Amino acid sequence: MNVVTPQGEASLGARIVDDGIEPGAELLKVENVSLSFGGVKAIQDISFDVKKGEIRAIIGPNGAGKTSMLNVINGFYHPQEGTITFRGNVRTKMRPYMAASQGISRTFQNVALFTGMSTLDNIMAGRQLKMHKNFFWQMWRYGPAFNEEVEHRLEVEKIIDFLEIQSIRKTPVGQLPYGLQKRVELGRALAAEPSLLLLDEPMAGMNLEEKEDMSRFILDVNQQFGTTIALIEHDMGVVMDLADRVVVLDYGKKIADGFPSEVQASQEVIDAYLGVPH
Amino acid sequence: MFYREAGQFKTNYKDDQAVFPILQDRLAIGLFLIVAFVAIPYFGNDFFINSMMIPFLIFSLAAIGLNILTGYTGQISLGTGAFMGVGAYSCYKMTSIFPDVNIIILIVGSGCFSAVIGMIFGLPSLRIKGFYLVVTTLAAQFFLEWCFITIGWLYNYNDSGAIEVPQREMFGIIVTGASATPVTRYLVVLSIVVVMTWVASNIIRGRIGRAWMMIRDMDIAAELMGVRPLQAKISAFAVSSFYAGVAGAMMVFLWLGAAEVESFDVNHSFLILFMVVLGGLGSLLGSFMGAAFITLLPIVLGAIPGILGLHINAAALEHVKFMIIGALIIFFLIMEPHGLARLWAIGKQKLRVWPFPY
Amino acid sequence: MDLLYNIFVDPFVQMAGTPDFFLQVLWEGFVTGTLYSLIALGFVLIFKASGVFNFAQGIMVVFAALSLVGFHALGVPAYLALFLALAVMAALAWTVERVILRKLVNQPEIILFMATIGLSYFLIGLGEFIFGGEPKSMITEELGLPTGSTVIDVAGGIVILQHIDIAAALIAAILVLGLAIFFSKTRIGRALRAVADDHQAALSVGISLNQIWAIVWFAAGIVALATGIMWGARSDVSFALQIVALKALPVLILGGFTSVPGAIIGGLIIGFGEKLFEVYWGSLLGGGVEGWFAYVLALIFLLFRPQGLFGEKIIERV
Repeated sequence: MNVVTPQGEASLGARIVDDGIEPGAELLKVENVSLSFGGVKAIQDISFDVKKGEIRAIIGPNGAGKTSMLNVINGFYHPQEGTITFRGNVRTKMRPYMAASQGISRTFQNVALFTGMSTLDNIMAGRQLKMHKNFFWQMWRYGPAFNEEVEHRLEVEKIIDFLEIQSIRKTPVGQLPYGLQKRVELGRALAAEPSLLLLDEPMAGMNLEEKEDMSRFILDVNQQFGTTIALIEHDMGVVMDLADRVVVLDYGKKIADGFPSEVQASQEVIDAYLGVPH
Repeated sequence: MFYREAGQFKTNYKDDQAVFPILQDRLAIGLFLIVAFVAIPYFGNDFFINSMMIPFLIFSLAAIGLNILTGYTGQISLGTGAFMGVGAYSCYKMTSIFPDVNIIILIVGSGCFSAVIGMIFGLPSLRIKGFYLVVTTLAAQFFLEWCFITIGWLYNYNDSGAIEVPQREMFGIIVTGASATPVTRYLVVLSIVVVMTWVASNIIRGRIGRAWMMIRDMDIAAELMGVRPLQAKISAFAVSSFYAGVAGAMMVFLWLGAAEVESFDVNHSFLILFMVVLGGLGSLLGSFMGAAFITLLPIVLGAIPGILGLHINAAALEHVKFMIIGALIIFFLIMEPHGLARLWAIGKQKLRVWPFPY
Repeated sequence: MDLLYNIFVDPFVQMAGTPDFFLQVLWEGFVTGTLYSLIALGFVLIFKASGVFNFAQGIMVVFAALSLVGFHALGVPAYLALFLALAVMAALAWTVERVILRKLVNQPEIILFMATIGLSYFLIGLGEFIFGGEPKSMITEELGLPTGSTVIDVAGGIVILQHIDIAAALIAAILVLGLAIFFSKTRIGRALRAVADDHQAALSVGISLNQIWAIVWFAAGIVALATGIMWGARSDVSFALQIVALKALPVLILGGFTSVPGAIIGGLIIGFGEKLFEVYWGSLLGGGVEGWFAYVLALIFLLFRPQGLFGEKIIERV
């Protein structure tokens, strides 16, 4: 299952993310976060951490607050209580684009690609934060802005090679099948060279083969680029194979946190998934 | 048969990023430019140039402006007419304040004023979307119209309330005013439109254009990728209004010669929106096609009864024009929501593989 | 200081000084507001049921009134003309559903919105083609609507109430009440609310979307006819009304796109606000502020409460 592709190897090395955090140290720390919408408590007093270089899974039954948790981490929702520490910076409120500029990138549960654009443009969109040439330069086809464009195209092509989507480079993403869309979305998130990659159900709705491919890509990203990954997934087999550590949510509360084997053995987790006789 | 890209290989990304990667397209564009710059001024009569080509080009530019906002950034606007008015009135004021400055600089410079006004009325777009935005742009439309009537300073306290274009020369040739020849005005309009279209295409292909399209397609995802919604939307409003403003200034200075507030009313906003929709949202080529369609349709319709030997009065013709435009809008939305530009693209694709279906 | 005085003190001094005039202005505002509410009501009906932002509602008002006057001009008795005008609106609703809505189902909202702009252009052309462009007067007396006026003595002055205005307000109230009963008590009304909540779910329990849409457009047509009669009785029936009808948009912003009470209250706020602003503050700005006041008010309002007076707070999801 975990075959390292030669294409992936090509871009190894230079792309390992340098964010000033030692491998194994805390990259992200969520402390006592609570979030509610009106009277509905989506998240209650949750704390956990993500260490640099690991794959961290967030699991739980439907409505457990997993996606809300991701939304809090990248600044889309503002928690009423608690703090989030990312790369040593404590923050309470921030806009999503600020989270993006600090190095958080993500994919979505329901694919959120830019449907009017081609695969290439979608992945180029991921490099938005890396491009800086101002309006004046953008107005002319020749010169710094164009050179910058070509330079970033080179990086994007590396990602296209890595994800093996060369043939759909110029296809509008709206026309792609679901599995490929998910792959393009991963590519777009990777293009930002994030230090923390959030994946919201990267394998939802995929068949076995597509799941195997996606698992391979996730592991490759983690091992070759050194990207830290936090992912939400329903397929327990996949989670237990991929994740280094797992946090389990149920009804907005944390019920377990630890290595896959520990979590699997926890009575509370079994209860949450299978239900308890009353 | 002649439209083939086989054998044209790209060996670097620079070539692949070109505006027209296919050789035949580049040749076609070159041919178009030659016709527009040489053949039309040489062979075209005054009616053709003054009543067809000049309005077509000016409305194309306005349509490009609106397309940047609506087609590329996804923000609907019904204020284009008023933004054109801002360009026209500010150009008029500047010609009276700086009579010696080159008129081309003033025309292009007047776009800056409408860009600023556009940015101000674009500010609400940060918090509101879709139909709500229609209302704020309507607010711009009606408020600005009122300003054009009420603020006498804008039209130098004329009794008529109209702005009349003074005569201006450039390199000894009369460019504006009643004695400027249609060919001169046409060439000035054409040059401005060609340069500004080229600039628009560059912006759209670059980082900023991509940010606009990201906002259009999925604003939440765009923000999570690091696009600042405020910056992206306001810049789109600014560029869009700039284009509308220059189009408005050209409309008065290089086409009509004089204008009142009626030239910038909400009906013009609608017409330009129609051009964009019919031509194709998110397509520069479509802006030209839509503008050609809407500006030439009345002329063609006006000619038909004469050809058939019928006598229809002008009013009835006007009504029929409304019906046809309305029906065509609906027809196009049903058959091809992406407009004439998409039909063109489909045609090109068919040509590319002809005589095979795939 | 003079400016501040003129803005903050003088208008109120005037209001207190001539209370009869103030009341007259309020009454005018109320009547205009009622008409705005009615136009907005037509928008809300269609938006609720089909999610279509019907730009053509204003034109439908003119078209309905024109057909009524047009039939009467052909020698048809007034009440029969009324019936025929209703039939025209029904035919319009049916055609719109067949030709436009059915073909554009599942298209993005903006496409449907543009289609209704196209529809309004078509109706303008058609209306002018059939009935001619010149303004016409409404057949108020023939329809049995009152035309006189009542003069009331108030606070040392007089307030003049046109009977047609009183009738307009009453008819508007009856119309709203009737629609409310229709929606809450009848089978079709329930189906309609189901469609408003969720198209797919409504389909799955056997509600015919096409039928519902035709009915809703017809209901909006009835509202349009009522509005057209009232508006026509106050001024003339002409296509100039379409610009006025656009003011239903700011009304909707204030009231929210899906709320019937919102449309009514929003209409009244705009009606009152516009008249008061024009009479007491307009002269400071050079007059003619009625044209934009509603839009600017809506714009300012939007900045603080994007969801409208009665809308729910929007929680965005990803």
